[in-house]
Amino acid sequence: MPVEIDIDEKSVTAYISGEIDHHNAAGLRSKIDEAVENAYPEVLILDFGGVTFMDSSGIGLVMGRYKLMKNLSGKVFVENAPRQIKKVLRMAGIEKMLSEKSGKEVLV
Amino acid sequence: MKPINEMKMSFESRSCNESFARSSVAAFIAVLDPNVEELSDIKTAVSEAVTNCIVHGYKENIGKVYIHVKIFEGARIQISIKDKGCGISDVKKAMEPLYTSCENGERAGLGFSIMESFMDKLKVRSKPGKGTSVTLEKSIVSKGK
Ligand SMILES: Nc1ncnc2c1ncn2[C@@H]1O[C@H](COP(=O)(O)OP(=O)(O)OP(=O)(O)O)[C@@H](O)[C@H]1O
Ligand SMILES: [Mg+2]
Repeated sequence: MPVEIDIDEKSVTAYISGEIDHHNAAGLRSKIDEAVENAYPEVLILDFGGVTFMDSSGIGLVMGRYKLMKNLSGKVFVENAPRQIKKVLRMAGIEKMLSEKSGKEVLV
Repeated sequence: MKPINEMKMSFESRSCNESFARSSVAAFIAVLDPNVEELSDIKTAVSEAVTNCIVHGYKENIGKVYIHVKIFEGARIQISIKDKGCGISDVKKAMEPLYTSCENGERAGLGFSIMESFMDKLKVRSKPGKGTSVTLEKSIVSKGK
């Protein structure tokens, strides 16, 4: 399960591609958490642009990272989710927030 | 009613088979010419049910997961997904949105909610100690559009 991670001053961005299911979620989780625990970012950006399939394991992944970032007083943004992936995310109330700054999807 | 086509498969409850299972069902129903959304809805629902067999039904053990797909006249699909694992004592509670028996915080408790909202029909039958059977139904209406 490929994930590329970019770290800058304030944020960690995880570019996820392929399929997010129960089988793949554990590997993704450990790579993302490792980066977050090293960088202590203010914002974690999960870029779903390359995701071709996702089930509730992906919601669990987002919610788990939300808890992690909350402990660090940070935020989680979900970006570029394709239509079908958005449909799954919506089941968890991960809604589009019309934030003037980001226009990104934020976990609410 | 008699199905016009059907397929049965079974496989071991290893997580690497989750993607194999949903892709196989998708390949079998491809003749009905579903559109992208319908196909994705079905793959997601199948993935939920199969993952539940593996994660909850059998836990650390390896058992068999059984899938039976029937296609009926009018492009109606019925998919049954079964395990012979631990079963569910309170099905009603298990089906509540956000209910999960997992305590590590990495499961959302939305599998049944997704199956219910992505498919036309969901039926769950379970007996503690015997196993669980989930039946999903959906009609393909798009004819590729
Ligand atoms: N095949 C099964 N065998 C035994 N218990 C099951 C089975 N399927 C579901 N359950 C029980 O029902 C609960 C709810 O299932 P559901 O799929 O909605 O959520 P989850 O699997 O816990 O989390 P998620 O699917 O969001 O990752 C599970 O936590 C589990 O206790
Ligand atoms: Mg589940």
